[in-house]
Amino acid sequence: MSKLALIIKREYLAKVRNKSFVIMTFLSPLLMVAMVVLIAYLAKVNDAEKRIVAVLNQSDYFSTDFQTTESVSYIRFFDMDLETAKDSTLKIGYTGLLYIPAAENLEMVTKETVFFTKDSPNSLFLKKIEWVFEDRLRESRLQGIGVSSKDFAKVDREFEINTSTFSGEQNLKHINEIKAGIGLAFGYLIMMFIIIYGGFVMRSVIEEKTSRIIEVIISSVRPFQLLMGKILGTSLAGVTQFTIWIFSAGLLLLVAGIFIDVDLNTLNAGPDFIKKTTGDASMPIPSLSETANLYTQEVFELPWFMLVSSFLVYFVLGYLIYSAIYAAIGAAVDNETDTQQFIFPIILPLMLAIYVGFFSVFNNPHGPIAVGFSLFPLTSPIVMLMRLPWGIGEGGVPIWQFVTSILLLLGTFIGIVWVAAKIYRVGILMYGKKPTYRELYKWLKY
Amino acid sequence: MNNILVTKEVTKRFGSYTALNKVSLEIPKNSIYGLLGPNGAGKTTLIRIINQITHPDQGLVLFDSEPLRPEHVTMIGYLPEERGLYKSMKVGEQALYLAQLKGLQKAEAKKRLKYWFDRLDIGDWWGKKIQELSKGMAQKIQFIVTVLHAPKLLIFDEPFSGFDPINANLIKDEILKLKEKGTSIIFSTHRMESVEELCEHIALLHRSEKILDGKLSDIKKAYKNNKFQVGMHSSNGHIDLEGIKAKFELSSIVQDPSENHLSFTVQLPTNDSGALLNYLSEKGNIHNFQEKIPSANEIFIQTVQSKSTHE
Repeated sequence: MSKLALIIKREYLAKVRNKSFVIMTFLSPLLMVAMVVLIAYLAKVNDAEKRIVAVLNQSDYFSTDFQTTESVSYIRFFDMDLETAKDSTLKIGYTGLLYIPAAENLEMVTKETVFFTKDSPNSLFLKKIEWVFEDRLRESRLQGIGVSSKDFAKVDREFEINTSTFSGEQNLKHINEIKAGIGLAFGYLIMMFIIIYGGFVMRSVIEEKTSRIIEVIISSVRPFQLLMGKILGTSLAGVTQFTIWIFSAGLLLLVAGIFIDVDLNTLNAGPDFIKKTTGDASMPIPSLSETANLYTQEVFELPWFMLVSSFLVYFVLGYLIYSAIYAAIGAAVDNETDTQQFIFPIILPLMLAIYVGFFSVFNNPHGPIAVGFSLFPLTSPIVMLMRLPWGIGEGGVPIWQFVTSILLLLGTFIGIVWVAAKIYRVGILMYGKKPTYRELYKWLKY
Repeated sequence: MNNILVTKEVTKRFGSYTALNKVSLEIPKNSIYGLLGPNGAGKTTLIRIINQITHPDQGLVLFDSEPLRPEHVTMIGYLPEERGLYKSMKVGEQALYLAQLKGLQKAEAKKRLKYWFDRLDIGDWWGKKIQELSKGMAQKIQFIVTVLHAPKLLIFDEPFSGFDPINANLIKDEILKLKEKGTSIIFSTHRMESVEELCEHIALLHRSEKILDGKLSDIKKAYKNNKFQVGMHSSNGHIDLEGIKAKFELSSIVQDPSENHLSFTVQLPTNDSGALLNYLSEKGNIHNFQEKIPSANEIFIQTVQSKSTHE
């Protein structure tokens, strides 16, 4: 077995046999699933809370509206003045009081209607009440101009413009968000991996320094071999952990979904809402499942092979760059508490990549900011991946940008690993005080 | 060639600091070579260069008459002063790993480890973790790992630190046995009594330069300063101390009047002690006459101090 393979094997085994690593590997999916289930459950509980609304209707309208439903009860007050109604509502502890005064016509009535609540009301719930008024107002206005509701329903259609690429393929409107979301997921994965396993690499270097085994090892292997073996061994452990996480989390979610019967859809803000807009207006908008199918199809048609292979390229290069820096930091210090000042500058570009990517790629995947950050090597693994779901070439990332980004990343990779290896080589044999940036710079010339 | 290792004008700088300045050494085969010097003299840097942990800026290192190559690391065993093992790794696994890094096949490494573990009586430590062992126990493991691949050249940096006297002796015997089997050994230490016991050759580094090297016996000869230790007594109750004092340069005089016992140190201008002996034998009975040979420790201190004051 070659020395590099030996080192990789040791680092891998040392990592995966570590008790806290094993616990984290098997506990995290459980915790994650438990959290999702808890959130879903809480959302359900929250939604299940029944609202009771008092209605003081002094007008001639709305006599048939505001019927008690599963989630809201309407209690009608009769022959009461407003003050008494307000007092009673407050005393009994109802959610609120809907006051509809008497007036000449519907327009006046609605204008003076007030919904009293103790605190500012839930906007989604308020919307539901508003829809009732909207419907009635529309009806009466239509009558005013002599159009029946039926006729109106025929003409009142939402309009969606057809979008298309120049080559004539159909475009879906929200596919941009979906694409960016997919890219974001890839970018996020890279960031998490770098932060978690880069930290592992760093701690492993520090451990070798503090246990003083380092000099024994590097009298047998070259520091660069040790550095690479350490990074590769740790990442293999990381890949193992991630794989276990993804599979077990998926499995657990499935099991949890079956047994606990939590409707994960409750997480999506109000299916009620969609029913209301589409159903009440009784308009033949393309059905939800039909749209979903189109999206699914579109998502399936994304250039997955290109996406996954460039994910691997960016992932490997990006991770190697960052973990080499982490290793250099580990070599420069004697204990973990000293690492803070060096770690911040590494986390910064990662965070920047995620946030800039989030805000600029979502708005304009090929705008100048998105392009800039997808070329800059310390952010390109994340930002470029967010742009790549649009494809390479026409309508997507221009080929020159893709190639430049990879080349820059490759160049930076070589440069950074060279610098990090130098700092590492000197640092592992330096004990005692924490070096300054100036001293680190000097080490490069040793 | 009879030298296992030769350095020719090896120079190493760290920034503006010169850690080694044109150091040339010849380390003979099958001997124990003491590498001495005060802290910061450059010993560790030199040892790291030999181990190819760092590389010289100038100069040449020859291992067994060949310029030092990466493959040579498998022929060198190194026990650093700053040493340790993976704390949470099991003893056996760890020893196997380190042996394989030195180029041993797994099966062979296992066989040899078994031999050494039995020999040092630590067979039942195989499955233990280093953190469960005492410091001295861990040092034993470290020693075994250093010598396991039967290197041609062994480098020990302060090998006895961390050992109790009994185990230190055990290790010393092992080192001597290794030498008998033909291994060449570089021995870096501050403990001069062990230098005296073990080393045939020494080199003294001071402020990045070699200021002295050679065979220990030759060096001692060269450092003899014609001092003689004399013990006398007289049967008739009187030794003419004043008379001797008048003729020779005496020091450290101890006189015991009741028993007529006298001892002193004489500084002669040359190494010829015939005249002194003749003279003294007339004054009384000489029961003790010995040339004072400087210890390695004295040579060390004297050389370093004279070098320091010269500058």
